Amino acid sequence: MKVTYFPGCTLRTKAKDLDMYARRCAEKLGVTLEEPKDWQCCGGVFTTARDEIATKLSSVRALKAAKDKEQMLVTVCSACHNVIKQTNHAMQTDADFAFRVNNYLGEDEAYHGETKVLHYLELLRDVVGFDKVKEAVVNSLAGKKIAAYYGCLLLRPSNVMKMDDSENPSIIEDLIRAIGADPVVYPYRNECCGGYIALENPESAKAKSSKVTKSAAGHGAELIVTACPLCKYNLEKNGSEIPVVYFTELLAEALGVKEEDNE
Amino acid sequence: MQRIGVFVCWCGSNIAGTVDVQAVSEALKNEPGVVFSTNYQYMCSQAGQDIIKNAIKEHKLTGMVVCSCSPRMHEATFRKTAAAAGLNSYMVEIANIREQCSWVHKDMQIGTEKAIILGKAAIAKVNLNAPLVPGESPVTKRALVIGGGIAGIQTALDIAEAGFPVDIVETKPTIGGKMAQLDKTFPTLDCAACILTPKMVDVAQNENIRIFSYSEVTEVKGFVGNFDVKIKKKARYVKEDVCTGCGLCTEKCPQKKVPNEFNLGMDNRRAIYIPFAQAVPKVATIDPNACNMLKNGKCGVCAKVCAAGAIDYKQQDEIIEEKYGAIVAATGFNPISMDKFDEYAYNQSKDVITSLEFERLTNAAGPSAGKLIRPSDGKHPHTIVFVQCVGSRCAACAEKGKEYCSKICCMYTAKHAMLTRDKYPDTEVYVFYIDVRTPGKNFDEFYRRAVEEYGVHYIKGMVGKVAPEGDKLMVQASDLLANKQLHIAADLVVLAAAIEPDKSARPLATMLTASMDTNDFFTEAHPKLRPVESPTAGIFLSGACQGPKDIPETVSQASAAAAKVIGLLCKDKLTGNPCVAHSNELMCNGCSSCERVCPYGAITYIDKEFRMPDRTTRVRRVASVNPAVCQGCGACTVACPSGAMDLNGFASKQIMAEVDAICK
Repeated sequence: MKVTYFPGCTLRTKAKDLDMYARRCAEKLGVTLEEPKDWQCCGGVFTTARDEIATKLSSVRALKAAKDKEQMLVTVCSACHNVIKQTNHAMQTDADFAFRVNNYLGEDEAYHGETKVLHYLELLRDVVGFDKVKEAVVNSLAGKKIAAYYGCLLLRPSNVMKMDDSENPSIIEDLIRAIGADPVVYPYRNECCGGYIALENPESAKAKSSKVTKSAAGHGAELIVTACPLCKYNLEKNGSEIPVVYFTELLAEALGVKEEDNE
Repeated sequence: MQRIGVFVCWCGSNIAGTVDVQAVSEALKNEPGVVFSTNYQYMCSQAGQDIIKNAIKEHKLTGMVVCSCSPRMHEATFRKTAAAAGLNSYMVEIANIREQCSWVHKDMQIGTEKAIILGKAAIAKVNLNAPLVPGESPVTKRALVIGGGIAGIQTALDIAEAGFPVDIVETKPTIGGKMAQLDKTFPTLDCAACILTPKMVDVAQNENIRIFSYSEVTEVKGFVGNFDVKIKKKARYVKEDVCTGCGLCTEKCPQKKVPNEFNLGMDNRRAIYIPFAQAVPKVATIDPNACNMLKNGKCGVCAKVCAAGAIDYKQQDEIIEEKYGAIVAATGFNPISMDKFDEYAYNQSKDVITSLEFERLTNAAGPSAGKLIRPSDGKHPHTIVFVQCVGSRCAACAEKGKEYCSKICCMYTAKHAMLTRDKYPDTEVYVFYIDVRTPGKNFDEFYRRAVEEYGVHYIKGMVGKVAPEGDKLMVQASDLLANKQLHIAADLVVLAAAIEPDKSARPLATMLTASMDTNDFFTEAHPKLRPVESPTAGIFLSGACQGPKDIPETVSQASAAAAKVIGLLCKDKLTGNPCVAHSNELMCNGCSSCERVCPYGAITYIDKEFRMPDRTTRVRRVASVNPAVCQGCGACTVACPSGAMDLNGFASKQIMAEVDAICK
């Protein structure tokens, strides 16, 4: 099957791994990721300013592109996913916002949030199915203790993301189980890493990040997986004692597509 | 042709300020049927009523229109006036030229014009009015109270005290409700059991009160004064009249691992149990889901040890049918489930508890015999964090919480905090709040004492996360006044869970045809002026089933509901409302549309013989309205596709005449 895939700008620069492994794993699982032509940055942060439409236009363009191809839109970066899903929700529910965006875009056909937006994890769970993922595993990661780190953006606001219980999620743990490893559940897995505060107040970000990594390690994890480039940056920068990798890299390892193309 | 009198009221300057009352009474003089028209400063006053009475007699009026305030205000007054002068009450129409006219307009010309139109419409209607005579129905002098908590207990005691028999139906094996689970009560800190259990005993000993415990209402039929109710008395496998309540069976039963609901599952009970020592009735009950004898026929220990021979494994559910004149809903509340509040780790840690669990933990008869301990390891907690408004005032999270304020949490949390500091001065106590709301007699003083005398740390802000790490609960919160993030390593976290109506309230409301709001609280007939009556006649509301309430308020409302019930039961006959629906059987096609829309269950279908033009007879299915149940809402008249349904006093042709008069 083919889906529209929005990589996002960080995946072209700092987070090339997240992107590369996502593509390889999808191919292995029978899903082709197609990039929309001329996509631009998602806007970075979903601003709640009601009268701000400029930062949301590129998201709407990507959504519209997926609609034109009658495909769902898949993203893998937590931030892109958050912005695009919230924008799509606003296009569905806020008539005034949708009217102004459509006026601005001036396309022949107005867009009203028809495209289905999925995070890559949702694609695995709801479209591919974790049982299929399990069948495709060639390198079992049995015995490996892995902590999922959700961060704050992936699941919230929960009534818009509709992905998992934002306070007690299980989607990444279920994936970890599917590829044969043992998920480590620890309380700070859905806390903020510090996010952009790392620029202004590095100490604060350090406090937030190290709380997460210490808690994960303290609960016996040997590895942290995340879906967010900024989370990975903050956790690593602030001295995580255990490695932090993208969940797609771990998946690639399990599916045997990490090494083969890496020569 | 009617002889109609028109009486235009000034209402001081309320109407006369923006309506030219003289012009109105002049203009209406020439309407069809009008033989007399006048205006007066206060038509509702004694002098005004005399004008009406004299006019009725002098001009031999057959109908009258009062142009005044809303009929909600004085329709009853003017109907009485008419009746006193010998005019049928239902020949009176009110044209509301105050609320719907003078109060909403500023321009005298517009106001006057509209008042005239409203007057014309009322005259057009009166021209088609016919005298109506209300029917009468007898009153069964017995009340039913559904729910045996403090609300139901107080209502039942007050009704019984007035000399009327009362039945209490309680789903649990004992009466007492939530209050029986509490430790101390604010703001005086008397122990809940000490003030509640004597009342429970009073109930048991009162000759006018019967208790149906472990029972539920399964069917309600009839109407005010004449309810027919079926009560299912569930099999408790113990003969209630034989059991002495000695409790030997509850000690010998080998099935020891049944979560004890009275202690909210914090300890275990046996399969045969008495919920607590002061239970009323003090009779054992066998839990059929836990009893080995009932499940697989292997045991029978309780029957062997029972000296009275009260155990009866073959007991069956019993249906009791009884007639009642009035029904009181007192179904109470429950704390909401904490399953959707994982940010507080309620399901992840045993040391995160609800406030009701805290009550049991501090209660001398509770699972820890009143010693405040951590449920996980039995150790004494040195730092306790109380979180208020968990699920209350939660408009943004309506899918998991409630939009309303649960009202009782601020006070009981202050109580918990104060009692903890009093008994365990080495324990640091933090209370996180959105607002502290303590209106009520001696309530704010109570809260101030917690802060000032007992040194409880009240912090404005919410807890964002409770993370169980090791044997501590890491509480992450905001202090909004200091603009700081707080991190507290707590030993125990207590959640003031929002309260919601008991789950039994919704199906009960359907049976009673009593209305509810979106939160499943029973709706009162008027939020200010009729707070203890349901809009459905004969149904009364007591306690938290109508809205969150503390004990003092619950008891006041319970007594108020009792007073209303007594007022009803004192009457030998009830005068009905004659403005009810009736069906023209010749036009009725038996489609059931009206039956489906009737919110009161007043319409049934009967098979009736009709003589046909060819002298044969044919049986047809037609609608039949019970005038004693019908409230005259008119839903059926709109639903009826053949126009067979009509409403006395509000007939379709009367309404159309009004519309015509307005549009003319």
